[in-house]
Amino acid sequence: MVPAVSSPRREAPAAQAEVADLLATCAREGCRARVAGGATKLGWGHPLPDPDLELSTRALDRIVEHNEGDFTAVLEAGVPLARARAAFAASGQMLALDPPLGDGAAATVGGVVASGDSGPLRHRYGGPRDLVLGVTMALPDGTLARAGGRVIKNVAGYDLAKLNTGAFGTLGAIVQVAVRLHPLPQGTCTAVVRSADPEALAPVSAALAHAQLELQSLDARWGGGGGTVLARGGGAAARQQAEAAARVAEERGLAAELVEEDDQLWDDQRRAQSSADGVLVRVSGVQAQLEAVWRASEAAGARSVATRVAAGVSYVCVDDGEGAAAAVEHLRRALAPSPCVVLDAPAAVREAVDPWGVPEGAELQLMRRLKAQFDPAGACNRGLYVGGI
Amino acid sequence: MARVGDTRTEASTAGVQDTAVVGPGQEGGDDAARAIDPAVAERLVLQLRSICGEEHVVTHPHQLRTYESDGLLQYKVSPSAVVLPADGDQVRRVVRACWEAGVPWVARGAGSGLSGGALPVADGVLIALSRLRRVIEVDLDNQRVVVEPGVTNSAVSDAVGPTHFFPPDPSSQIVCSIGGNVAENAGGAHCFKYGFTTNYVTGLTVILPDGELVELGGKEMDRPGYDLLGAFVGSEGTLGVAIEITLRVIPVPEHVQTMAAFFATTEEAARAVSGIVADGVVPAAIEMMDQLAIEASEQAAHAGFPTGAGAALIVELDGSAAECEARFDGVVRVCEAEGATEVRIAGDEAERATFWRARKAAFAAMGRIANHYYVQDGVIPRTKLPEVLRRIYELGDEYGMRVANVFHAGDGNLHPLVCFDTAEEAERAEELSGRIVEACVEAGGSITGEHGVGFDKKRHMPAMFGEPDLAAFQRLRCAFDPDGLANPGKVMPTPRLCGEVPGLYREHPLERDGLAERF
Repeated sequence: MVPAVSSPRREAPAAQAEVADLLATCAREGCRARVAGGATKLGWGHPLPDPDLELSTRALDRIVEHNEGDFTAVLEAGVPLARARAAFAASGQMLALDPPLGDGAAATVGGVVASGDSGPLRHRYGGPRDLVLGVTMALPDGTLARAGGRVIKNVAGYDLAKLNTGAFGTLGAIVQVAVRLHPLPQGTCTAVVRSADPEALAPVSAALAHAQLELQSLDARWGGGGGTVLARGGGAAARQQAEAAARVAEERGLAAELVEEDDQLWDDQRRAQSSADGVLVRVSGVQAQLEAVWRASEAAGARSVATRVAAGVSYVCVDDGEGAAAAVEHLRRALAPSPCVVLDAPAAVREAVDPWGVPEGAELQLMRRLKAQFDPAGACNRGLYVGGI
Repeated sequence: MARVGDTRTEASTAGVQDTAVVGPGQEGGDDAARAIDPAVAERLVLQLRSICGEEHVVTHPHQLRTYESDGLLQYKVSPSAVVLPADGDQVRRVVRACWEAGVPWVARGAGSGLSGGALPVADGVLIALSRLRRVIEVDLDNQRVVVEPGVTNSAVSDAVGPTHFFPPDPSSQIVCSIGGNVAENAGGAHCFKYGFTTNYVTGLTVILPDGELVELGGKEMDRPGYDLLGAFVGSEGTLGVAIEITLRVIPVPEHVQTMAAFFATTEEAARAVSGIVADGVVPAAIEMMDQLAIEASEQAAHAGFPTGAGAALIVELDGSAAECEARFDGVVRVCEAEGATEVRIAGDEAERATFWRARKAAFAAMGRIANHYYVQDGVIPRTKLPEVLRRIYELGDEYGMRVANVFHAGDGNLHPLVCFDTAEEAERAEELSGRIVEACVEAGGSITGEHGVGFDKKRHMPAMFGEPDLAAFQRLRCAFDPDGLANPGKVMPTPRLCGEVPGLYREHPLERDGLAERF
């Protein structure tokens, strides 16, 4: 295939095997494929020239199984996450993945798994790596390879499901996943703690992370000189849990408000981890670093910081413009060795700074050896990922 | 299939010959053995002695016999040497020396695994990690603990208690090592709610098979790049050896409530399990024992369980007191609606401990029922419990053998114990055990939920995975261990070599006709 000049070849196969065939052809001919689901994260990773082949999973959109009694499901990669969640909600169940869904809520199950993205529910249920039970990959050798299974407990074979979660399709294309489901919480209630004093608010968030509460979500938000800690109870005793969270805050001198109609609060938190016009940096930190993340973000001129408190993961939103690259570098210096990844950003920013920031070393070498094993011809999203993989 | 050995004897008499039951094609790890030049082997031993000290390298055949099996006693392979390094740097130098000599090695923690995963390789080196027992750092502010691989599972929770704990709790937790837990992705009774080892490992310092040290992850989660931690945890010692392990620990639950419910049949109990979960409850544990398991357990644990009952369920809820209380009555109601003949609610910690003693005694107590048993580790979708249990009893009748079931019902993780009394019955018992595994896979499940594939179950791998799946597994393995030195002969059903970077996969005509397998 002669590399296309301007218009990539576009394919949206309805059969999984066809994805593998297309990747194999691509590999044989030395072309570069871009695998996309809802195409909501094209602004992530190293900026790349247009691919030779635009491979969409949107026609792989079957909910293959919903095993209600087993709380598991099998989904093709192109199923929009919103559609899957709605289908499970009808049975009182939930796929506990709630990342931002992007324009038109187009994010697909496959795309969310491939990007390892998550939302506030990860506090209780973990991220995609913790919920994916099995995976079917279309590999650039033309085969469909399965790993894991459809049961919630299984240690047979290597965990290629985790290996491909967050791999941005660089080892092959995820065409199907099996996932664990959870009961949809009957009710929710959120304790909201506000303060303009980071030295008062950070200890409250730490105390909540260490409390015996089993919250559904525990987030913090900082921006514009003030902050919030949000503790959400879910389940049969949601309100009592929020009340207990409020007491934890009050014991540390901060008042809390209880909000029962709390969806809006959490939509806002999700919105703070994506940006249509800014630059979004994900800081993979630790719990005790929260105040340092706030201070570094203020010094970098950030608009807002949303944090999954217990996971220690923060999303810092910086204005686009001349200072954006410098702001990213400031965060990296101030918070080292915590990785700071540029997620959603205009290409110019991702050209000015390495969006991944993974240093050369033994770990990156090992990742390169994996890429060479699975995609020796570089057919799958070549150049997009860490270290230019 | 794990034959836990002669139930009449202690594990320390592993070498007793009448326990040796070896089926066709299971002579030990020999398919992975390779010819090692004796001069090279001799030089390697000298090197190992200079790294770890004379007294920490074992080569005398009598002493080597102590190490010839792991927790699965029916396979025995004597390594050429056992080395007991003192710290991570010695491990690195040992692995490097093996790589330079081209000698395969097997890392072992406590050796309590039940799949032959830490079975030595003939002519290879066994690296025993039992001296790496330091708790390196307790960082409760960040809910992390950093330990060496030889620390026991229980000691990890002890190090972070009483406020925090490490949830995976295999029954062997007092002796099993955290390094082994990482290798096997250990589970336990409480993983229905809390997950497995893989959900708690945030960082590993690994020695790759060429002796290179690589840091995977750290204290932080969601780091950029491939999830090499996810690939390594559960890889059964075939990708390298972890010398430092960083774990996430969590606050202990505020409240625990435990009950035991008794039923006339396992089918009723299984329906109760599904009913509880369908109600939206996520119990910390749901364990089932059938009539034979109750009978055996009672003889040892004296928990006062009714020996006439067809099945017992132990259900434990934990978490916030408010949530437990809101849910507990519902669980009792489901059990009663499914025909429970009796429900006992633990009134205090002592009573709760009694329920668990009954459950945990069941394995060891099988010795009172039969001289030997095989234990399987198959998993099925939870809703298939009634039909698969029925199938297991039918198979038992067909073979004229008793099968006891004591298992993690919430996860659908079965542990059928095939009982037999004489060495002559061993082969049939093993065959029956194999058919039970097949029934699990046919029901949409897995050949192993927590014991690992190891040496024992690798022949069942083709029942779950096809050639392209196995080929993909091999790609991962080759990225870490291109020379095939780390725990060879485990996991994969047939030995394979790593070639050059593989090109496009082409099916060989013989393969297509089922006449050959791709190596």
